[in-house]
Amino acid sequence: MHIGLVISSVLHGTLIFVTAMSLPFLAKKPIDIPPIVSVELIQIAEKTNIPFAPKAKKIIEKKKKKKLKEKEKKLVSEQAPPKKVKKSKTQTVVSVDDQKKKIDNQKPEAVPLPDKKPDIVETKKENKQNPDKLDKDLTPKSEHEKEDLFDSNKLERFLVDKKKEDRAIEKLKKNDKTTQDQDPSLVGNKLTATEEEALQAQIFHCWTPPWGMKYVPGDMLVSIQINLDPNGNIEEMEMLDHKKMNIPGKQKFKALAESVRRALLACQPLNVPSSGYERWKKIKFNFDASEMIEG
Amino acid sequence: MIKRLIIFCIILIPTNVFALIEVDITRGNMNPLPLAVSPLSIDENSRKSFEKILKKENIGSEISIIVENNLRSSGIFEPLSKDAFLQAPDIANLKPRFEDWNLIKAQALITGKVSYVSERLRVEFRLWDILAGREIMALAFTTVPSNWRRVGHIISDKIYERLTGEKGYFDTRIIYVAEEGPKTQRKKKLAIMDQDGANNKFLTLGNELVLTPRFNPTSQMVTYLSYFKNLPRVYLLDIETGTQEVVGDFPGMTFAPRFSPDGKKIIMSFAKDGKSDIYTMDLENRIVERITNHPSIDTSPSYSPNGKFIAFNSDRSGYQQIYIMKNDGSEIKRISFGNGIYGTPVWSPRGDLIAFTKLHNGKFYIGVMRTDGTGERLLTENYYQEAPSWSPNGRVLIFYRETKTNAKGEGFSAKLWSIDLTGYNERLVATPTDASDPSWSSLLGN
Repeated sequence: MHIGLVISSVLHGTLIFVTAMSLPFLAKKPIDIPPIVSVELIQIAEKTNIPFAPKAKKIIEKKKKKKLKEKEKKLVSEQAPPKKVKKSKTQTVVSVDDQKKKIDNQKPEAVPLPDKKPDIVETKKENKQNPDKLDKDLTPKSEHEKEDLFDSNKLERFLVDKKKEDRAIEKLKKNDKTTQDQDPSLVGNKLTATEEEALQAQIFHCWTPPWGMKYVPGDMLVSIQINLDPNGNIEEMEMLDHKKMNIPGKQKFKALAESVRRALLACQPLNVPSSGYERWKKIKFNFDASEMIEG
Repeated sequence: MIKRLIIFCIILIPTNVFALIEVDITRGNMNPLPLAVSPLSIDENSRKSFEKILKKENIGSEISIIVENNLRSSGIFEPLSKDAFLQAPDIANLKPRFEDWNLIKAQALITGKVSYVSERLRVEFRLWDILAGREIMALAFTTVPSNWRRVGHIISDKIYERLTGEKGYFDTRIIYVAEEGPKTQRKKKLAIMDQDGANNKFLTLGNELVLTPRFNPTSQMVTYLSYFKNLPRVYLLDIETGTQEVVGDFPGMTFAPRFSPDGKKIIMSFAKDGKSDIYTMDLENRIVERITNHPSIDTSPSYSPNGKFIAFNSDRSGYQQIYIMKNDGSEIKRISFGNGIYGTPVWSPRGDLIAFTKLHNGKFYIGVMRTDGTGERLLTENYYQEAPSWSPNGRVLIFYRETKTNAKGEGFSAKLWSIDLTGYNERLVATPTDASDPSWSSLLGN
C-alpha cells in the first residue's frame, strides 16, 4: 500500500517536473538578432553622368569659338579653304545631346581637365616644397620622440624623406650659383606679402580639408593653376596632378584635391590686387595639408 | 649660316616674361561641408505599397532622414535645412538646377528615387558636385523592403567615401553592456544596436554578469566574458546565426578577450599568483600560448591591424603605462611617457594611432598617440570615462562615461559617447538603458 503510494507519488512528481520544464515560457529563447540582409548594388552613373559642367562647358565653348575665329581669320587672309574636320570637332563639344549619347564610354568619375604639361610643373613643385620639408624634418618633433622599432612604414617614410632631403640639398646648391637679382623669376612678378596674405586669409575661410584623414606622405600636397579674369573670377582651372586623382588607391588625394577645387570655386572672386592684371592673371596655388592632417 | 644667325638673334630677343605667381596655402578651416539631402522621390503606387508593408507614409523621406542624420553626426558635413530647397525632389533627381542649390550655399547635393519593383525596394541615388556642376556618383540598390534603414546607411557610407576618400562607418553595429538598477546591484545584459542607436536588442537576460564584448574585425562574431558560478568564461557569439559557445573556463581572473585581426585567435590576460600575463588562444585547436611572463600586471592587449605587434598596458615601470611588443612577446617597448596613468590601449584599424584612457589629476581622458608614442592628443576629459573602441575607418571613437553620484548616492548614470579624431565632434549615443563597454563592428558588407 505504502510502496504503491510512494511509487505513484514519485512518478507523478516526475511527470509534473518534466511537463513544467518543457513549458514554452521556461524554455531558453534563442538569441533574436535582426538578420543582415544583403543589398544588391548597381552602378547607374554611366546612364546619366554629365561629363562637363555647364559653366566649364561655356568657357570651353567660348575659348574654342575664339580660337576658331582667329584661325578662320588667318585662313581668310591666306585665302585657304576652311578645314571641315576642325569645325566639326568644335561642334561636338557644343552639343549637350550629343554628349549624353557619348557618355556611355566614359568613366563615371573622370574629371575633364585640359591636357597641359603636368610633368614640368610637377618637378617645379617638388623642388619648391623640399626645403620646407627638410627644415621640418630636421627640427625635433617632441620631447618624447623616440625610435620606432616596430612601425614598418617608418623606414619607408625615412627613405622617402632622405630622397627629398637630397633633392632639397641639390636645389640649394643650384640656388647658390645665382643671386636674386640674376633670377628673372623674382623680378617684379611676385605678390607682395600683404597681397599674398589677403589671398591666404580669404582661402582659409573657403577651404575645409578632409580632417581626420590618414596622413599619407606625398599625397598631402595639391597644386592647382588658375587663370583669372580682371575681377578675380576663375576662367580656367587646372589640377596639376590630375592624373594622380584617377589612380586606384589614391582616393585620399582625390578627396583632398576636390576639397581644394571646391574651395577656390566657392571663394571667387578672389582677393587679387586692383592693378597689375598681367602679373596675377595666372596663379599657382600649392595647398599643403601635411601639417593639418599630421597634427 | 643666315638661318643660324636668325635663330641666334631670336634667342637674344628679350621676352617680357611674367613668371607664374605661386601662393602656398597651409591652413584651412574646420567648418563642415554644407550639402543638401533632397528627399528621395517616390511615385504614388510605390508610396502606397510601402505604406502598406512598412507602415511608413513616405519611405523616400525616411531614407533621406537617415542619410542626413548619419552625415551630420560625422561632423564633417552640414546637411542644410529642407525648407530652403528651391527644387522639387522628383525634378532635382533628374537634372538639378545648380544655380538654385548654389544659392543656398550647398556644395554637394544628394538626390534619388525609391520604387517598388517585383516586391522589392529599389533605391537610386545620385551625388552632385554643385560648384563643378556635375554628377560625381550614381548607384542603385535593391533589397527587401524591411531592409530600408540599412539602405540609408549604405548610401551614407558611399557618400562619405566619395567625399572624404575614406570608407564610411554607418553600416555598422555596436555591441555593449546594457546596465540597469542601482549602482551597487547592477543588472548587466549584452545588447546590440545599429551605430545610430536603432534596432536595439538585448542578447542575454541579465542573470549572469557580462563584461567586455568585442567584435571580430573580419566577421559578425563577438567574444565576451561572462561569470558562471563565479568562474569567468569566455564566450563566442555568432551574430548572424545567433549561436554561442564557450571557448573555455580559465583559472583566476580573466580580462578583456579580444580577437586578432584575422579573427583566428583571441588575446586576453589571466591573473594568477598575484601577477597577470597576456595569453593567446587559437580558436581552431584551442591551444593557449603565453605571450608575456613578468612579475607585473600586464592587461588590455590589442593587436595592430597587420597582427605583427601587440599594444598592452603594464605596471612594470612602477605605474601603469602603454607598451608595444612583437606578437611573440619579444622587443617590449614602453611608448607612453606623459604624466598620469595610461590604460586600455586600442590599435586603430588603419594602423596609425593607438587610442587610450588616461588618468591624471583625478580626471579621465580619452586620447590618441602615434604608434611610437609621439603626438599624444587628449580628445576628451571627464570625471570617469574609459574603454575606447574604434569605428572601422579609424576616424571615430566610441567609449562610455559615468556621472558622479550625489551625497545620497543618486544620480549615477553610464552612457555611450562618440568623439572623432579632431576632438570637436563629441556626441551622446542614445541607448534605452545605461550602457558601458561598447565595441564597434566592422562594416556589415554585402
